[in-house]
Amino acid sequence: MSKEKFDYFINGKKNKWEVIIGLEVHAQVLSKSKLFSSSSTKFGADPNTQVSLVDSAFPGMLPVINEFCVEQSVKTGLGLKAKINLNSIFDRKNYFYADLPQGYQISQYKSPIVGEGEVILDMPYGTKKIGIERLHLEQDAGKSIHDMDPDNSFVDLNRSGVALMEIVSKPDLRSPDEVNSYVKKLRSIMRYLGTCDGNMQEGSLRADVNVSVRKIGDKKFGTRCEIKNVNSIKFMQMGIEYEAKRQVELLEAGEKINQETRLYDTRKNATRSMRTKEDAHDYRYFPDPDLQPLKLDKSLIDKLKKELPELPDQKKERFIKEHNLSPYEANILVSEKEISEYYEKVIKESDKKLATNWIIVELFSVLNKKNLSISESPVSEKNLSSLIKMISSGKISGKIAKAVFEKMQEGDRDPNQIVEKEGLTQQSDPKELEKIILDVLSKNQDKATQYKSGKVKLFGYFVGEVMKASKGKANPKLVNDILKTKLK
Amino acid sequence: MSIDKDTVKHISKLAKISLDEKKVDSLSKDLTSIMRFIENLNKLNTDKIEPLTSIINASLKSRKDEVVDGKIRDEILKNSPEKNEEFFVVPKVIE
Amino acid sequence: MSIISKLSLTEIINGIKNKKFSSEEITKEFIENSKKSKKLNAYITECFDEAIKSAKDFDKKKDYKGLLSGVPIAVKDLFCTKNIKTTAGSKILHNFVPTYESTVTNNLWSQGAFLLGKLNCDEFAMGSSNETSFFGNVINPFGEKLVPGGSSGGSASALAAGLTPATIGTDTGGSIRQPASFTGTVGLKPTYGRCSRWGIVAFASSLDQAGPMTNNVEDCALVLQAMSGYDPKDSTSADKKVDNYISNLTEKVKGLKIGIPKEYRVENMPNEIDNLWKKGIDYLKDAGAIIKNISLPHTMYALSTYYIVAPAEASSNLARYDGVKYGHRAKGKNLIEMYENTRSEGFGDEVKRRILIGTYVLSSGYYDAYYLKAQKVRQMIKNDFDKSFNDVDAILTPSTPSSAFKIGDKSKDPVSMYLNDIFTVPVNLSGLPAISVPAGYDKNKLPLGLQIIGKPFDEQTILNLSLAIEKRANFKKNLEVWWN
Repeated sequence: MSKEKFDYFINGKKNKWEVIIGLEVHAQVLSKSKLFSSSSTKFGADPNTQVSLVDSAFPGMLPVINEFCVEQSVKTGLGLKAKINLNSIFDRKNYFYADLPQGYQISQYKSPIVGEGEVILDMPYGTKKIGIERLHLEQDAGKSIHDMDPDNSFVDLNRSGVALMEIVSKPDLRSPDEVNSYVKKLRSIMRYLGTCDGNMQEGSLRADVNVSVRKIGDKKFGTRCEIKNVNSIKFMQMGIEYEAKRQVELLEAGEKINQETRLYDTRKNATRSMRTKEDAHDYRYFPDPDLQPLKLDKSLIDKLKKELPELPDQKKERFIKEHNLSPYEANILVSEKEISEYYEKVIKESDKKLATNWIIVELFSVLNKKNLSISESPVSEKNLSSLIKMISSGKISGKIAKAVFEKMQEGDRDPNQIVEKEGLTQQSDPKELEKIILDVLSKNQDKATQYKSGKVKLFGYFVGEVMKASKGKANPKLVNDILKTKLK
Repeated sequence: MSIDKDTVKHISKLAKISLDEKKVDSLSKDLTSIMRFIENLNKLNTDKIEPLTSIINASLKSRKDEVVDGKIRDEILKNSPEKNEEFFVVPKVIE
Repeated sequence: MSIISKLSLTEIINGIKNKKFSSEEITKEFIENSKKSKKLNAYITECFDEAIKSAKDFDKKKDYKGLLSGVPIAVKDLFCTKNIKTTAGSKILHNFVPTYESTVTNNLWSQGAFLLGKLNCDEFAMGSSNETSFFGNVINPFGEKLVPGGSSGGSASALAAGLTPATIGTDTGGSIRQPASFTGTVGLKPTYGRCSRWGIVAFASSLDQAGPMTNNVEDCALVLQAMSGYDPKDSTSADKKVDNYISNLTEKVKGLKIGIPKEYRVENMPNEIDNLWKKGIDYLKDAGAIIKNISLPHTMYALSTYYIVAPAEASSNLARYDGVKYGHRAKGKNLIEMYENTRSEGFGDEVKRRILIGTYVLSSGYYDAYYLKAQKVRQMIKNDFDKSFNDVDAILTPSTPSSAFKIGDKSKDPVSMYLNDIFTVPVNLSGLPAISVPAGYDKNKLPLGLQIIGKPFDEQTILNLSLAIEKRANFKKNLEVWWN
């Protein structure tokens, strides 16, 4: 496969523009309890049932940090090949909103827990390194519900205080495709580590997208706008496209870009300015006096390093070497930890090449159609292995296997049983096949004569008839061989 | 450093406290006199000093990741001036 | 009627233990006194019925194990008390009833005491005269027109007038020690982190500490013992063992080195204050202590530092009072208007001033020049003390630059009010323990206190030194009851 060239540019009326994108991803830490309080973080609970006195900022309440959340962010930092800061500080970010009971968010400003790192993307035009600026820990806010009452909003503080990792990228992204790749890679790394479940529908992963444009050849960055709080990759991509085009239009008309925060409107497929935000949000950051500086022991970092599971990039390299996969195949099979585990279980028992193909093509087609994840696969590793073993041994043909596979999906049935029950075992006995073939030929003597005098296309007709007569079970290769000899 | 009326209005917006003109006036005077009082700090050279980060010289105490709180909705909502069975109720934000 | 007028807290507890009188009898007397003393306006919430019930229960059970067995105690209305209204002296919390109990008050109840009532204080602990409370001024028992000091003014007044045998307050810049000095009582601010802040309405998180206010030093050691201890719910709580302040209490202070900081001899210092200070030096010399002159060079910057750091932290701590979850809520066409009206209606003038100053010094463009600078100066002030404590064991200073002033005298000029805290504020900035012990009178027969500052977690030494002063100063309250 030849390497494509990168070619995402905005063609303005006067110039060609490139798009500069930086992402601030908010990833909810996978933990049982919240960052500074001991209420639950489970998704979908009844409103205000996972709220403590600390979460709702009652007078006299104080934060106490969850040590596991600290470990989770260190692990994520290690997964991003980033510098772990042994000393970091929690700051208060002060602003007012109904879903922010304290009137401030506990976050990290000047001294985050994780420093610079990187993420590697596999694009059709080659690998690309995306720089990570930093990762810090902060509290999530609650939820305001605006559409249940005409005059009022309802506030649910269940999410208030849940631990978030904010991962800030450098402005290295250049296209919606790269953003897609980046978010998926980040998500995959965190799921491998078990530090975030990456479930965008449940809000575990969202991003603020910073977009600016510049003429090809320009060195300086343009003024950027921030599209806030986008919770799907598709909307991120659409928002970027719209925003980049909007900025190009403005700049080519001689106007300036106002640095501002915008919202992506999913119905209009457009970004719009957030009028409610004050022109300069002065957060008045200062170190939280209720919390000591966080000091990490190097021994903790070393311990967590040792316990790191094999990450996507390493696994991909290993798969290519050990399992003789193409980079394309390896990429797919390591994209989710669960997929790689499924794959390695299947190939333990059955042929690698067949397994690769069956998983990437057949299984994934089913999962995509039914919108299932691999953990919800209607066919287990064990049963898929069994199916593949039957193909390898010649017990069934590839075509029959596809039919068996369909039936297996109804309750993860054992393929051996299906084949037994429905008598789908491939007919590979040459003597039996000869009987069927001779029978077909005798019933079609005129066609046989035509074939022998040159109508070679009729071969397929005979094969078809043999298949019909054998109810599809005849071993195709043997049928071919025997037919050829009989038609000489 | 004097705190003029515009500054008072700006800060009061940040602090979400509404003030009438009379109040803005008197606060401008009060805050200016307080700031003048505070200004003697400028006489001190603090270039080589690190700001105080913690009075207690101990590392941040942490707790285990256990769910031992929450499920007290009635208690949480009890003191709210406006609520229903499940939520705090607030006037709408204008978008 | 006269059982309690002469007894200390310690004597009351012993009396109950030795069956000289019952908890019910004692409680009834304090309630009587309190009911007759409305002129002082020391109470915000009376819990007299509940107290009688607790006293009766105690007399039935007769469990004398606790340090404070059978004693009714009224506390500053800054401590959240379960199911009892807690207002912080503010309109914005005028109807707030906590469903939880602060750690410190819980410690008292665990030691056998029970709640008598919630005492008046400056709004959100911001003040030095108890003139900023939404519930009205508190009057000093020493004079109808006099302030009791603040912010723990209600506590000091109630204590001095015999409405409660002991009480607890909070001290952020002097709010225990200054009213103690103004009312002839003992007040101690422990080392930062010695007592838990959980459940105390927060003013300035890095400065607030709860502490005992009592009629003598022995009682102070007792209440301090009962209150103190590590609390895992407070990340700034010190994981340090609590000494036995009572059993280690002694006036034997021979050989201890006492520092006299020259910078505390301020310009225009009233002679009476200076004389009292000299007397204190003599008392300690007499007790065998060694007096040393020391220098705390950055003392003159302490007030400015405090009036940047404390309002900054307060502006953030008070952001939660928005009318959504509890307390006062005003009308508003939309959320922002509701916030602005609620906070405008709910906060008094001094609180507004401090929130605005605090917001200003943290705001963009000013953070470095003010807040960051103040935290650096704070470090220098702390360094001064740390250095001195290499040479001395404790430091002796006056508690206040004057005796109790008249109501209204300083309330019109915020800065003149702030100057009250000149001797007490450096202690909070440095997180040190300090006690005010009554040591004499001024020419108007108003009490004056002396302050002893100690090393971190060395409350024992300052208790002992103040006991030595107490024995020699022979301070008698000599209060004529006019408020009944």
